[in-house]
Amino acid sequence: MSVLSLDRVSYQYPGEDFDIIDGLSLEVKPGAFHCILGVSGCGKSTIFRMINGLLRPKKGGIRVNGVPIEAQKHYCGYMPQKDLLFPWRSVGENLALPLEIQRRLGKREQRERIEAALAEVGLAGCADKRPDELSGGMRQRAAFARTMLAGSDLLLLDEPFSALDYLTRISMQEWLLEQWQRTRKTILFITHDVEEALFLSSSVLVVEETPVRALREIHVPLEEPRSRRDLACPAMIELRENLIGMLRKQVAG
Amino acid sequence: MRRANRGNLPAMILLFMLLFCWQLGAMKLDAAYILPTPVQILEKLWELRMVLFTVHLPATMGVTALGLAISLILGLGLAVLMDASPLCRKALYPLVVSSQTIPTTAIAPLFVLWFGYGIWSKVLVAVLITFFPITITVYDGLQSARIEMMELLLTYGATKRDIFFKIKAPCTLPYFFSAIKMAIPMSIIGAAIGEWLGAQSGLGYFSRRMMTQLDGAGVFAPIVLLSAVAMLAVGLIALLERKVVRWRGEV
Repeated sequence: MSVLSLDRVSYQYPGEDFDIIDGLSLEVKPGAFHCILGVSGCGKSTIFRMINGLLRPKKGGIRVNGVPIEAQKHYCGYMPQKDLLFPWRSVGENLALPLEIQRRLGKREQRERIEAALAEVGLAGCADKRPDELSGGMRQRAAFARTMLAGSDLLLLDEPFSALDYLTRISMQEWLLEQWQRTRKTILFITHDVEEALFLSSSVLVVEETPVRALREIHVPLEEPRSRRDLACPAMIELRENLIGMLRKQVAG
Repeated sequence: MRRANRGNLPAMILLFMLLFCWQLGAMKLDAAYILPTPVQILEKLWELRMVLFTVHLPATMGVTALGLAISLILGLGLAVLMDASPLCRKALYPLVVSSQTIPTTAIAPLFVLWFGYGIWSKVLVAVLITFFPITITVYDGLQSARIEMMELLLTYGATKRDIFFKIKAPCTLPYFFSAIKMAIPMSIIGAAIGEWLGAQSGLGYFSRRMMTQLDGAGVFAPIVLLSAVAMLAVGLIALLERKVVRWRGEV
């Protein structure tokens, strides 16, 4: 069964005269890691915002684990581009946000879960630090831990690394792959960076045109565990050039 | 702390130079009933310390505290209401702004007619000139909350209440402190104006009584006391603010 399924979903922004998402269908298998690749403004974030419930589709239905999203809560973890750590809360208190809102755990249990989540992302002992004491990469890891604590097996990551410098970004990509291999959560990852998409995902979902009617699935022929060197083989270079070609057509148009 | 003191040094030097000029000028003029010297004012303050500190200061502080408290409740209430409902904003905002075009000092004598020489006519003056900056500043604070943060909490399943207490309230806190720092001196001024116009006690009333007795230093002494109290109160709030708000400008 699919973790996530979109059934002929459409969305129209108020004030626009066309559907930016037009009859899009999509099935995502449990434990998959897909990157949604597209140029800026093509509608990829709109897809996410419908899945996480911030936008309501004009037509069509979205199901998570077979249940319509309108009938459930806490079914996906969402991580936006900016880390959005609240500066008036310590790192630990930031991680507590989803737990506080879901009101499922007592204070002590919350504390234990937070400590464990911080240790998993390599930030053990940082609970009492202020967010501004952390580096950019550490802040993203804290935000990722917070997303994980939302307690869902489906993660929506919207360009989480695009604001980081190059070296931090590639080490965060490697780190994210390890996290995925460890937890086997289902991850959808929005990016406009072709290399990032190829390195991370088991298959890339390309937005070829706006309005979005379909996502073109392109399998990435790489074995696990991956390393950055794998991207340098001739097959991958050709794939990369093909993808760049697809995206450039849209920019030119 | 030491850095801050050094930052104040030019201001202190200028202040002492001005006071010194005042002292010289007033001594030359030699008309203490119009222009007393700073030293005479301090002497008067010391002379009148019993009645000023035990009778009139508590009276003025009572009016100020009451006026400030009512303004805070009114200002916070209006700000939250305008933030929560666009209709309320459209209805209230122009009224709140135009309420400030009323020359409070000019119509304050009416308040004495309406509410008598008791405490409430003064409280009303204090409230009228204090609630406005609180309302507007706190409203701006509530509006400064970032939409992305609210959306993030919505994806966790947050209610309106969660969003208010976890985002809006903390975002507003620095604005709230600015509002209080503005409001304290304004409500003291409001209380003193009210007392000038008609009262049985209070520093404004006392200052006016000294005026009728052509006691220049006696006019100034309660005013100096008022300023000192206002500065002290604002200083205390600033200290508290530094303890509570550490993220100003980061959001």
